[in-house]
Amino acid sequence: MTDSQRSQLLHLGVIALLFVAFFVLPTYHVGNLSRIMVLAVYAIGYNFLFGYTGLLSLGHALFFAAGMYGLGLSMELFDLTTAPALMVGLASALIVSAVIGFLALRTSGVSFMIVTLMFAQAGYLTILYFGSYTRGDEGFVIQQADRVLFGLDLSNDTARYFAALVLFSVCFLAVARLVQSPFGRTLVAIRENEERARMLGYNTVAHKLKAVVISGTIAGVAGAAYALLFGYAGATFATVQYSIFPLLWVLLGGAGTTIGPLIGVIFMFYLIDLSSDITSAYMLIAGVVLVLLTLFAPQGLAGELRKRVFKWMP
Amino acid sequence: MDFGPHLLLASLEGAVTAAILALTAMGLSIVFGVMRVVNVAHGEFYMLGAVIAWWVTSLIGGHPAIGFVLALGIAPLLVGFLAAAADKVILQKINYDPDRTIVATIGLLYIIQQTTLMTFGPDARPVQPPFNTRIALPWFEFGDAGFAMYWPWGLSITSYKLFVIMAAIGILTALWLVITRSKIGLIMRATQLDSETALAFGVPVDRVYMWVFGLGAGLAAVGAVLVVPIQQAHYLMGHDPLLLAFITVIIGGLGSLPGTVIAAILIGMSDGIISVFFSPTLAKIIATLVVAMVLAFRPQGLLGRTAH
Repeated sequence: MTDSQRSQLLHLGVIALLFVAFFVLPTYHVGNLSRIMVLAVYAIGYNFLFGYTGLLSLGHALFFAAGMYGLGLSMELFDLTTAPALMVGLASALIVSAVIGFLALRTSGVSFMIVTLMFAQAGYLTILYFGSYTRGDEGFVIQQADRVLFGLDLSNDTARYFAALVLFSVCFLAVARLVQSPFGRTLVAIRENEERARMLGYNTVAHKLKAVVISGTIAGVAGAAYALLFGYAGATFATVQYSIFPLLWVLLGGAGTTIGPLIGVIFMFYLIDLSSDITSAYMLIAGVVLVLLTLFAPQGLAGELRKRVFKWMP
Repeated sequence: MDFGPHLLLASLEGAVTAAILALTAMGLSIVFGVMRVVNVAHGEFYMLGAVIAWWVTSLIGGHPAIGFVLALGIAPLLVGFLAAAADKVILQKINYDPDRTIVATIGLLYIIQQTTLMTFGPDARPVQPPFNTRIALPWFEFGDAGFAMYWPWGLSITSYKLFVIMAAIGILTALWLVITRSKIGLIMRATQLDSETALAFGVPVDRVYMWVFGLGAGLAAVGAVLVVPIQQAHYLMGHDPLLLAFITVIIGGLGSLPGTVIAAILIGMSDGIISVFFSPTLAKIIATLVVAMVLAFRPQGLLGRTAH
């Protein structure tokens, strides 16, 4: 079996496992899993930029929120139905990420992190500033009547789970495919040595901009889906914390691996779920995990697995 | 109040913000200048300074001035030692790799913040200022009766706020003298210029890094102790100073100390003035956007050197 066949099998296996999980796991965990799959889409988007292109953004919450508010506000203010509102969410994330990418890519390294952080912060404050429309921190509920897509009521647990599964599978397989394509290979080359990639004649700035737009749009789709599936949009999702979460998930799961984002989200989700039973200061766990990761396992769970056991892993 | 007195009041409030900001941002700037490290946990060291100040003053009792003076000594020292320890245990182990340092300090941020939440609790707690007399300020005007001086209602500042401005000026001057005139400063500047050559000349670079990191955190704590009688201690109070300090350091030019002070005055004053006349949220939106644009179009900042 070739490596690419093995990867194909692994990816389909993961999806099959998630499909079966719906029928065997108790209701509580099924509910968790649908949330995890949507957040994993966010992490997949983040991983595309951080893991494969080597750009560390601290402002992805802006793209997530762009999708979320693109969908939510177009429903609230302009009475759009589900499918067009979803397109508005996707389009706003695409536009926002293109603009931010264009500006932020003038810098690199630490400056890139700070510029993205600042833009995201400005975005968060803007949401608060227009509190009369966005309802600020309090957020707003998306009416159940608006949450029907192609005749499926997405507030229903079963429909929600499979909608999340479909979205996850599409993004998961598409990104796995994309990073094996010549375009994805070029991004990895830029990550490893940008100077050399430029010397070989690649337009690295254009490539990086495309990567930011793809990554931001996937994050935005996750945001729109989150609002749609769980019926709520709020400014909390635009805070710095939501920019740090995907970084945490991807680092934990393994940056630059296809299954890393999913593993990271599952691990982190249950870690916080369990620790919030014990203490209200559950972000302490996140902090400790971050420090331990940077010290002992900078490659993440899937990364360490790849290094030690499955060398073929994508 | 008329526009004139109102503006004077706003600039006085702005000067207090600028004084605290200059101290906090200076800590960040020194750490970045010498070590090339972006310390995301800087705001939490600030918060820790305020919390320790509350703890010391509430333990001591008696006249508020005794507790305050003790806090001004103890809090920066404790915070400095803690930061130096964190540097040794975490940052030195990952060799100050830029990406990993940011991630590690984000982790540190949550550890400090959440530990404070668990021990200190979610409430904001006040600290008594050591002295707090209200000083009314006069205003001059050309009226029908010619030149006249009067005391507009509400135009005043407390003696404590004046003290904060003076203290910040004093500390920054002392810091400036240490860095430019003393042996310690010479070692710091040598490490900043070229750490490998400095190492070859027998400078213990690792120890310098450790104490510079401690010094940076200590400066943030000093700012926090000064501000806590005005603002109250709270476990989330490190958020805004971190952002503002970042903005200041970037506008002033990464690693340029005079630039940091000038930027702190500029930003503190304009933040005070804009917040009085417009919405504070709008002021912050403008400030963050300006920073992002400055970084994108003039990465060296206002006073930074070109091309590293």
